Amino acid sequence: MVKFENTNPADFHGVWVFCEQRGGEVNPTAYELLSEGRKLADDLGVELCGLLLGDNVKDLAPAFGGYGADRVLVCEDPLLKEYTTDAYAKVLCDMVMEHKPEVVLIGATNIGRDLGPRCAARLHTGLTADCTHLDVDVAKYKEFLKSTSTMDVEKMQWDMSDKGLKMTRPAFGGHLMATIICPRFRPQMSTVRPGVMQCAPFDQAKADACKVELCPVTLSESDLKTKVLEVVKEAKSAVDLIGAEVVVCVGFGISKDVKTGIELAQQLADALGGVVGASRAVVDAGWLDASHQVGQTGKTVRPKIYIALGISGAIQHKSGMQDSECIIAVNQNGDAPIFEIANYGIVGDLFKIVPEMIEQLKK
Amino acid sequence: MILSQQHQMMQKLYRQFAETEFTDELLDRLEETEEFDWDIHNKMAKYGFMGVKIPVKYGGQGADSLAYALMIEEFARVSPVLSIYANTSNSLGAGPLLYCGTEEQKQKYVTPVAKGEKILVFALTEPEAGSDAGGTLTTAVQDGDYYVLNGRKTFISGAPFADYAVIYAKTDPTQRGSRGISMFIVDMKLPGVTCGKPEKKMGIVGYPTSDIIMEDVRVHKSELLGPLHKGFSTAMKTLDGGRLGMAAQAVGMAQGCLDESVKYAKERKQFGQPIAKFQAISFMLADMATEIEAARQLVYSTAVRMDAGDPETNKLCAMSKLYAAEMCNRVAYKAVQIHGGYGYIKDYKVERFYRDARIASIYEGTSQVQQMVISGNLLR
Amino acid sequence: MKFIVCVKQVPDTSGVVAVKADGTMDRSRMATITNPDDLNAVEAALALKDQNPEAKVIVVSMGPAPAEGMLRELLAMGCDEAVLVSGREFGGSDTFATSQIIAAAIAHIGLDEDDIIFCGRQAIDGDTAQVGPQIAEKLDLPQVTYAIDLKLEGDKLIVRRQLEDGYMTIETSLPCLVTCIKELNVPRYMTVKGILESFSKPYQVFDYNELKDEPLIELDTIGLKGSPTNVYKSFSPPLKGAGVILDGSPAESVEKLFAALTEKHII
Repeated sequence: MVKFENTNPADFHGVWVFCEQRGGEVNPTAYELLSEGRKLADDLGVELCGLLLGDNVKDLAPAFGGYGADRVLVCEDPLLKEYTTDAYAKVLCDMVMEHKPEVVLIGATNIGRDLGPRCAARLHTGLTADCTHLDVDVAKYKEFLKSTSTMDVEKMQWDMSDKGLKMTRPAFGGHLMATIICPRFRPQMSTVRPGVMQCAPFDQAKADACKVELCPVTLSESDLKTKVLEVVKEAKSAVDLIGAEVVVCVGFGISKDVKTGIELAQQLADALGGVVGASRAVVDAGWLDASHQVGQTGKTVRPKIYIALGISGAIQHKSGMQDSECIIAVNQNGDAPIFEIANYGIVGDLFKIVPEMIEQLKK
Repeated sequence: MILSQQHQMMQKLYRQFAETEFTDELLDRLEETEEFDWDIHNKMAKYGFMGVKIPVKYGGQGADSLAYALMIEEFARVSPVLSIYANTSNSLGAGPLLYCGTEEQKQKYVTPVAKGEKILVFALTEPEAGSDAGGTLTTAVQDGDYYVLNGRKTFISGAPFADYAVIYAKTDPTQRGSRGISMFIVDMKLPGVTCGKPEKKMGIVGYPTSDIIMEDVRVHKSELLGPLHKGFSTAMKTLDGGRLGMAAQAVGMAQGCLDESVKYAKERKQFGQPIAKFQAISFMLADMATEIEAARQLVYSTAVRMDAGDPETNKLCAMSKLYAAEMCNRVAYKAVQIHGGYGYIKDYKVERFYRDARIASIYEGTSQVQQMVISGNLLR
Repeated sequence: MKFIVCVKQVPDTSGVVAVKADGTMDRSRMATITNPDDLNAVEAALALKDQNPEAKVIVVSMGPAPAEGMLRELLAMGCDEAVLVSGREFGGSDTFATSQIIAAAIAHIGLDEDDIIFCGRQAIDGDTAQVGPQIAEKLDLPQVTYAIDLKLEGDKLIVRRQLEDGYMTIETSLPCLVTCIKELNVPRYMTVKGILESFSKPYQVFDYNELKDEPLIELDTIGLKGSPTNVYKSFSPPLKGAGVILDGSPAESVEKLFAALTEKHII
């Protein structure tokens, strides 16, 4: 292995976003991360660069400019058609070693979380997994802490000149938040949870101004120890929890009549133009499949309206929905933790309350 | 008593298994259908629970009596009836065979029973004879290489689906009382063997119990178990292990009652606070927990002393059974009381525990029989 | 043929969670369990051993001495040998340093041409999902993450890898590393016989001295000093201010709800 000299931060410049695509379809995390990366690049006064790997994908590149990229580096090769750890890790690491970005952001998708750690290990640098908040500017980080923690931020010692990447993520199933730094090695790498960073509006002028560069790729069959035999998209369309404006989520409270409980939730969701989500308990019990799961081990949602039906509000669940704009909770137990974060709470039997909601919405 | 690391691991295993596999759905199904559930039997068998106490040599797990008691306790804590599923093979089923069977008989019968492939039941009780074996009317008359069995056994747990039964029969009518009785291993498929209609029971529903009726059943002499005419003294020795198991079951049931009661007392609100805040309730809980712990310690120490060959084993097992069974009934009574009206409704677990608990002081010797055994030991 | 399974003992975050005044987790006050995904990894190895009885299953864990209890349980499930990697020098390791040490331990055990390393996808305390792929990188092995199905075909392993919207089927040469998720299987229980045997199966502790000659072990690649990442701050997540409880009959409370939502232009 080539020794990569990466202990001098001054050698590294620019923010990179790994723009994931599968079969020519851009994963939404690419746009989310470019939007977030734009802010970081501005705070650092550096360039934001998208990195796109694939086979015959360069036409996707200009759109990245519309979300903030100054430049897109495109690596094309037939061996990059389907994602393989070996090919993608080699190309990404080669590119990093050549161009030396100071920050690399990767979407924490099933692919990103396969690729990220492999590359960080090869590059001998740190990687923070599944981040939900990023800062480089200390003043902004202080503001973030003020709004999300009870710490007395002003009484603490701060080095305001520090421009290192501060990567915040939940730990211990959401019971703790930790901010991680990578002071001694570059690049500073992070995988970012899908759906957490907000997409900037698309800017056509920026897209037009974006520079797209095709980069040479050194890759041969012998670099690949694995072979993709097939890629299958499951026919059942997974619910789009992340994109939904209204999420009606059911918890273990439906246990006394699961079928009716789910039907009621679906009817309510239909009436509000939303989708049905589920707590971990419901998914573990097999009542709804995992694509419905909201929470630490499921999806993070921030809809306009979040309705929790029979969900007690375990911390694992709350960490996946507490940023929703309006939280409505229906639970029989008035002491359920969900009421601590709900904007509106109704203590009562969901099997009586929900039909009433559907009825009144019809009027 | 401080459990060894191994016993702690077993306790964790039994608890995990019971809490995961004994689902509410399964328990409700047992209650509704009253039928034996082969799926859960097979799952228990797969993990070796049918042969916890049976030597590895005969297909068992090779553990001791404490390991067995812990299993029955943890299973009964979630489901008293399912604890019986794993009980019979370890106690009264394989017990007499391990105690006095020939090597051939052990290989032939104990091994499949330990693996849960076959079910073997113990048939002592008759309409006119239970603890008083002197009333045994079932007879076995030798005819060449065979014995011809006639008679009726009653309240035989597991009879309707059993493969084999250990049958007690009078072989020497000239001897009185419990003498002149022998044990036979009877294949339930032999001509002349039939079962009565399964009983409608108060509790332990889902483990059918029926009579076994024998009409001129020809049993080969190789199926004679133990010495001729001396079967009853063997029976008495195997009963010790069975009583220990039933004492452990009582402890488990009582713990299940306590668990439900603590949970309910914290949830249920009256006069603006959880009922657990009232001493009338919390003191009942304290008494329940204390009695359970006392019974548990008696059962555990008896298990260890039994394996060590303590000469007091007979008395200790009777004491364990007597105390645990009576305790369990007191605890179940209080559990229903704490639940109030809800405790009388089938939706609540204590209702079933209350019915199940009632058997504890009846089967494998009523509390009064245990008192006879204990006092008999004292006044010898 | 060996199946090496990497496991971690973690605090049970689904139970009582204790947080110290300084915002860090009070592990001493929390129950510990075997990390759930790791149990799927153990089951994957044991199931493959069921089909290949000549194979040996070795469980490897890094952690303090009490992790022995967990390893005994895994032996009681049917694993053949256990290795605990434990030492002061290893403390404070991030995922990079942890994978460095575990990779060294695996190298120390010795990796043959037909061996497979199994890991859980991620641990419930950190949720990083990084250690598995990083071990693979450091041992220069192919990796397949998010396995939902696997079968051995000759000298190849065929793995179905979960994607958000489906799956891909991957063929990999051996030796390789696979990370497992709960959809892969249902872990078996211990058995009583297994429990009785678990204390006489091979059990080793690898400390720093045992591993120090491994090429991967350098003081600047392990422990706190060898960790590229550091914790900058840690804190408890905020609670939203309590909202309004709407009382009354179902009809009344729902009326109040929709009145409030309409007033605030939420609907």
